[in-house]
Amino acid sequence: MSTHLTNDRQRISVLFFLLFSFLCYSFYLYYYLPVKSISQNPEAATGKLSWQKYNCNACHQIYGLGGYLGPDLTNVYSKRGADYIKAFLKNGTSIMPAFHLTEQETKDLVSFLKDIDASGSSDPKTFTSRYDGTIKQQ
Amino acid sequence: MTEPLNSNKLNTSKLFIISGLLLLITGMLFGLTGALQYLVPGFLKDHLSFEIIRPLHVSSVIFWIILAAMGTVLIYLQQYTKRKLYSPLLLKVQYLLFAISICAILISYCAHLFGGREYWEFHPAFAIPIATGWILFIINFIKSLGGFRNQPVYVWMWLTGLAFFLFTFAESYLWIFPYFRNNIANDMTIQWKSYGSMVGSWNMLIYGSSIYLMEKISGVKKYSRSPIAFALYFTGLFNLMFNWGHHIYTLPTYAFVKHIGYAVSMTELFILGRIIWQWRSTLSTAQKHYHHNTYRLLLAADIWVFLTLILAIIMSVPAINLYTHGTHITVAHTMGATIGINSFLLLAFAFDILQETCFTSPGYSKWFNRGFITVNISLFVFWISLITAGILKAKWQMAETGIPFSYMMKQLSPYFMVFFISGFIMACEFVILIYPLLKNQLLCYFKYLGKKDKIKYAEPNEYFAELNLVKNSG
Repeated sequence: MSTHLTNDRQRISVLFFLLFSFLCYSFYLYYYLPVKSISQNPEAATGKLSWQKYNCNACHQIYGLGGYLGPDLTNVYSKRGADYIKAFLKNGTSIMPAFHLTEQETKDLVSFLKDIDASGSSDPKTFTSRYDGTIKQQ
Repeated sequence: MTEPLNSNKLNTSKLFIISGLLLLITGMLFGLTGALQYLVPGFLKDHLSFEIIRPLHVSSVIFWIILAAMGTVLIYLQQYTKRKLYSPLLLKVQYLLFAISICAILISYCAHLFGGREYWEFHPAFAIPIATGWILFIINFIKSLGGFRNQPVYVWMWLTGLAFFLFTFAESYLWIFPYFRNNIANDMTIQWKSYGSMVGSWNMLIYGSSIYLMEKISGVKKYSRSPIAFALYFTGLFNLMFNWGHHIYTLPTYAFVKHIGYAVSMTELFILGRIIWQWRSTLSTAQKHYHHNTYRLLLAADIWVFLTLILAIIMSVPAINLYTHGTHITVAHTMGATIGINSFLLLAFAFDILQETCFTSPGYSKWFNRGFITVNISLFVFWISLITAGILKAKWQMAETGIPFSYMMKQLSPYFMVFFISGFIMACEFVILIYPLLKNQLLCYFKYLGKKDKIKYAEPNEYFAELNLVKNSG
């Protein structure tokens, strides 16, 4: 250690190596996005913007990321169905306000949740652990 | 006569810190309201429901961190270079851009106007003045620095923080292009890539400042140019760039992203090992400087770095993350890092900078002692209550019993009660710590205005006398 990182030349070499790796990694991910098919149902696409417009993420999670006041909604579509979601969106709950959405907004949000549901499962019970600490979905 | 760097004048750099402190108080107020909504379902549901309160809390706290970090870096940069900033005008424009945007963002939340994503819930249009303000910050910093050769590690850290915040902030807005947002896995992969690195970027500004401050207190300037300082800096940078995959282990994204995240996160064991190795010398330094308010805050942050790092490393193991992900253990980690590390360090800088010219009243140290101990104890209780709630939620997530979400949340209410009470005590004590600092700053400023004709800059005071004693003994 005493002979390493003692001058600017060594430090800049390490910095450039890290920066180059970071930029390659970033642009690889931008170019080769994890899911290739980028065509989306237009209703679901608008539904995503409604999800952001009403800040649903403040209380709800998708794949375990988001707020903690309400339940994770990744697979609510397959577990409860469209009517259940519509009823909640229309009436709210003792905690969640009724957002007075238009009929189209409700349809868009349901489509968005259907789209998310089709992308995979967020249930931790569907994963198994491996000896090296990594996990695999069954 | 040119104005010295430490003057009683309420300059723009100090305004960043003062505005940050006001945002911290605002953020705690919104945080307590949000915690109350966990305890009393439906509380303020019709006017300030949780989807409004949460972004008010999160944005206030994030902007406290960003404003205070910017102000600190700008002031320490002037102390380091022993020169004034390149352009006070750019600084004023930068301050105005941030101040106006933050006020507008908080007002827009109250008016139910969102449109962004988690942590940056405001309308994307507000990102433009924020990014512009940051670019002005970068220009002023680089021009004031003068050169890049043979700089200490904290200057490297500041430059890294400056560059990476801009990059990751821009990256976090890639979602505005349908190409990135049209699939949830793609969208969330890029979102958490940017967020993971963004937190690392403001940490670079804060940790860099803490190294500068530590050297200023001890008077020993060797560490910031040592190989170990640079080795730790590069470990931090490596994590900033590549460890973000640990946020998305359950997301259907590339497996290699998760493996890289896992492997890189484990290099934090090197930092943890270093903390344990240094423990004895940290304790002896602590005994030497413990009477120093600023140092005590740095020491508390050190302890919270240790606790938060252990939790972070544990949570970064995918097999364990499976249990902790989506539970309040993640919140405990965030709160430990934001309050215990970031806020304590930023408060240490605020005390160092604001007390230098406007010394607080002699009776203040008694208040400080009490506040400091109470804040730490209440933060620890707050942290444990979240971890306990998280463990119970993890058990519920993994159980096959089919207990409804609302019922599980009801079972957690005793822990939320402890969380609220400890949070309330902590917030009150934080205000007790901050209030005299803000009050004295304003009083000092008005005194300065009154004596503007015969200005006496930075009189030697108890603080400097104390600082000299520390330096001599070191």
